[in-house]
Amino acid sequence: MYDVIIVGCGITGAAAAFALSRYKLSVLVLEKENDIAIGATRANSAIIHAGYDPEPGTLMARLNVRGCEMAAELCAQLDVPYKNCGSLVLAFDDNDVKSIRALYERGVQNGVKRLELIDSRRLRELEPCVSDKAVAALYAPTSGIVNPWEYALAMAEVAALNGVKFLLSHPVTYITGQLGGFTVTSCGEQFNARYVVNAAGVDSAAVHEMVAEKAFTIKPSRGDYFLLDKSEGSRAKHTLFQCPGPAGKGVLVSPTVHGNLLAGPNAVSCLDAHRVNTTAEGLAFVKTHALKSVPGINFRDTIRSFAGMRANSDRNDFIIGFPVPGFLDLAGIKSPGLTCAPATGEYAAGLLEQHGLELVKKDSPVTARRKIRFKELSIPEKQRLISENPLYGRVICRCETITEGEIVEACHSPIPPVSVDGIKRRAGTGMGRCQGGFCGPRVLEILCRERGISPLEALKDGEGSVILFNETKAGGRA
Amino acid sequence: MNWELIVIGAGPAGLAAALAAYDKGLRKIAIIERDRYAGGILNQCIHNGFGLHRFKEELTGPEYALKFIDRLRDTTIELICDTMVLHITPDRQVHTVSAEKGYQVYSASSIFLAMGCRERPRGAISIPGDRPAGVFTAGTAQRYINLEGYMCAKRVVILGSGDIGLIMARRLTLEGAKVLCCVEIMPHSSGLARNIAQCLKDFDIPLYLNHTVTDVTAANGRVSSVTVSRVDANRAPIPGTEMVFDCDTLLLSVGLIPENELSREAGIEIDPRTNGPFVYENMETSMKGVFAGGNVVHVHDLVDYVSEESAKAGEGAARFVSSAENADEAYIRMLNGDNVSYTVPQRIRPGRLEGSVKLFFRVRSKLGASVIKVSDASGQELASFKRLSMSPGEMENIFLPKEVFQKARGDISVSASEA
Repeated sequence: MYDVIIVGCGITGAAAAFALSRYKLSVLVLEKENDIAIGATRANSAIIHAGYDPEPGTLMARLNVRGCEMAAELCAQLDVPYKNCGSLVLAFDDNDVKSIRALYERGVQNGVKRLELIDSRRLRELEPCVSDKAVAALYAPTSGIVNPWEYALAMAEVAALNGVKFLLSHPVTYITGQLGGFTVTSCGEQFNARYVVNAAGVDSAAVHEMVAEKAFTIKPSRGDYFLLDKSEGSRAKHTLFQCPGPAGKGVLVSPTVHGNLLAGPNAVSCLDAHRVNTTAEGLAFVKTHALKSVPGINFRDTIRSFAGMRANSDRNDFIIGFPVPGFLDLAGIKSPGLTCAPATGEYAAGLLEQHGLELVKKDSPVTARRKIRFKELSIPEKQRLISENPLYGRVICRCETITEGEIVEACHSPIPPVSVDGIKRRAGTGMGRCQGGFCGPRVLEILCRERGISPLEALKDGEGSVILFNETKAGGRA
Repeated sequence: MNWELIVIGAGPAGLAAALAAYDKGLRKIAIIERDRYAGGILNQCIHNGFGLHRFKEELTGPEYALKFIDRLRDTTIELICDTMVLHITPDRQVHTVSAEKGYQVYSASSIFLAMGCRERPRGAISIPGDRPAGVFTAGTAQRYINLEGYMCAKRVVILGSGDIGLIMARRLTLEGAKVLCCVEIMPHSSGLARNIAQCLKDFDIPLYLNHTVTDVTAANGRVSSVTVSRVDANRAPIPGTEMVFDCDTLLLSVGLIPENELSREAGIEIDPRTNGPFVYENMETSMKGVFAGGNVVHVHDLVDYVSEESAKAGEGAARFVSSAENADEAYIRMLNGDNVSYTVPQRIRPGRLEGSVKLFFRVRSKLGASVIKVSDASGQELASFKRLSMSPGEMENIFLPKEVFQKARGDISVSASEA
């Protein structure tokens, strides 16, 4: 009998696991994919929002401001790439000026600190790349950028080190409630728990309906993005928004923590929440709108285009509550869900406590994580590291300077990757301009060696994504 | 220890430059290679057709590389493999890292850049659709099949008609895969005519010119279909022309990009036309004592020319080291005229010329019987050449005698037009 089962391990599930892992509890996380953080968490704008967007009084507003306050310290503690780069909402006409004034008022009500309305001269001082047509802006210096999947991985890894159990490739098929708890069925196995937390993202309505009456609908919304080469990475210093519309926060242009430039997303309602494809129209829309903010972007330097799926719902706020005793929904977590995550995790732990879960602090829980990032080390540090472990002297990913040592470390991390992309998310291989063209075969080789599997079993990413079919006529590796 | 010449990359360019510099008298030469062995991309190019110009025989890629690698044994050239160059500096320090020796900084009297090129990935052309397994660049697939010994495809659509894509169409077919078609957005192939004939036509693989891939779908994590559409004169897909191919693999052969991260970081001037360094007549870059050759300068279609160009650079480096030939001199810029997309070298110092200059260039579109004109800023025609046909997929070259540069008033432009 577990104290808590968390269904779904995107950033919200990971944050809940992280928050609960500090206490003397037995916690199980069931994730239907073969890795964590590969739904909305892996494909989004990667922004730590300041908190001027959500309507005052909503849970979103409260968790956003709190999550933004937590980000810098938590990322430092978890060794997650984060940068407090600030954001600007650009106004191009009188209507936009009204909008940014309204956002400013909202932000102040929500408790966002240091917000400023700035004129075009100040705007150009702060961000010389913006279009001449921008007449004013809302400046939010507390906003930032983060590596979203690493944020989730870091929280989950620390939770794992604290004893939380993670089962990947474990979709939940049934949940039955009985006196004093629940039985959760996954892969033909039954897991019992006193409490269940529903953090199933786009599937959260389906999981909710396993135990309670239908109460909300998930309205998945897809968005396309361009990721540009580092040669474009220094073009924008801040996250540059346009005024939000009914479909969302609009197309942004932002630096990333890896030093690239990101442009996107559009917003398209989807029937199939699990097909996360880009479209020609979507990409064209993003390009046009991004160029409105920053006319100089050189889209020829794109290294990747991708799409993400938002787990929007038919409500204006997050859906957090107990539809039946002991079953906690963390559903409809749309933007700014990434920013909110650590605050949402804390809040969830508090709610579970109010509903009878005893939270007794562990004597000395793990709270921090450290990672070796070879390319960021000084020359003497590099020398020392290689003398301790020569694998750190072998560069596998040329574009991002990722060494075999870092890949091996990723292979044996607390939630081990099972795919080439799983290594990419942990070690950063294939993130650069060749997109794994050179290092892909070497990473696959190391993955197979470390996991003791055949190259024919190696996956690119999710279940079924095999890379190699059979040996050639001449046979496999000599 | 101070090296006379450090060569970065042991592919065909690096090998040729090191051997040429040795032949010109340099003895302290190191070649630094990031892979585990020398030969570069030739190691996975197991097809024949290499060396026709240089050795007058048909060799496979590994055989061609061996002609050079075998010669290393009789020299004092040191081959340092499994070692990555992280930085080069204007005072010609080379920062390297390897498992064996850790972080090492070497200094050199001259440097030769031979990092080659990389393939444009899917993202560079933003193909819409799903992002499953089964989308490979042609070179990555070539590596899996020829070096690792694993098949990565059963039913294949190839996007782009670059040479590696064409070669892989044949290779995949011979290994039992079904290549459904090769799709090219331009009205002409970007590969060599002989590859179109030997790799597509001989195997009845259709080539769709003026077409592109407009959607990729996935089933169970792997490519399940690829949609191909005709494009209009502006290369925009025409609705209603879609053809859907059931397949498990999309192979990309959509261009090569010279790999100049080290050069850029060091502050070497890069020509936006080639994505490679601007080079002088002796293949010296804008940074004194730093030379470059092969695909890091511009993408070649024949390795024979890579060797030739790099040997010239190796000789240039040797001269630089032994005679300290390093005074600043005025140069003439070589500019694009009509229909020409780039020239290499881009800068000629008439005072440094010994014989003629072999000038490489590519045309922008397919031309029939044509005239290549070389003229100066005053409009004076300096030289002209005839061709029966020219194509962007085939690199052209002309010999310009020394006198052309002595006669020229101002910069020189090269143009091509149908006669």
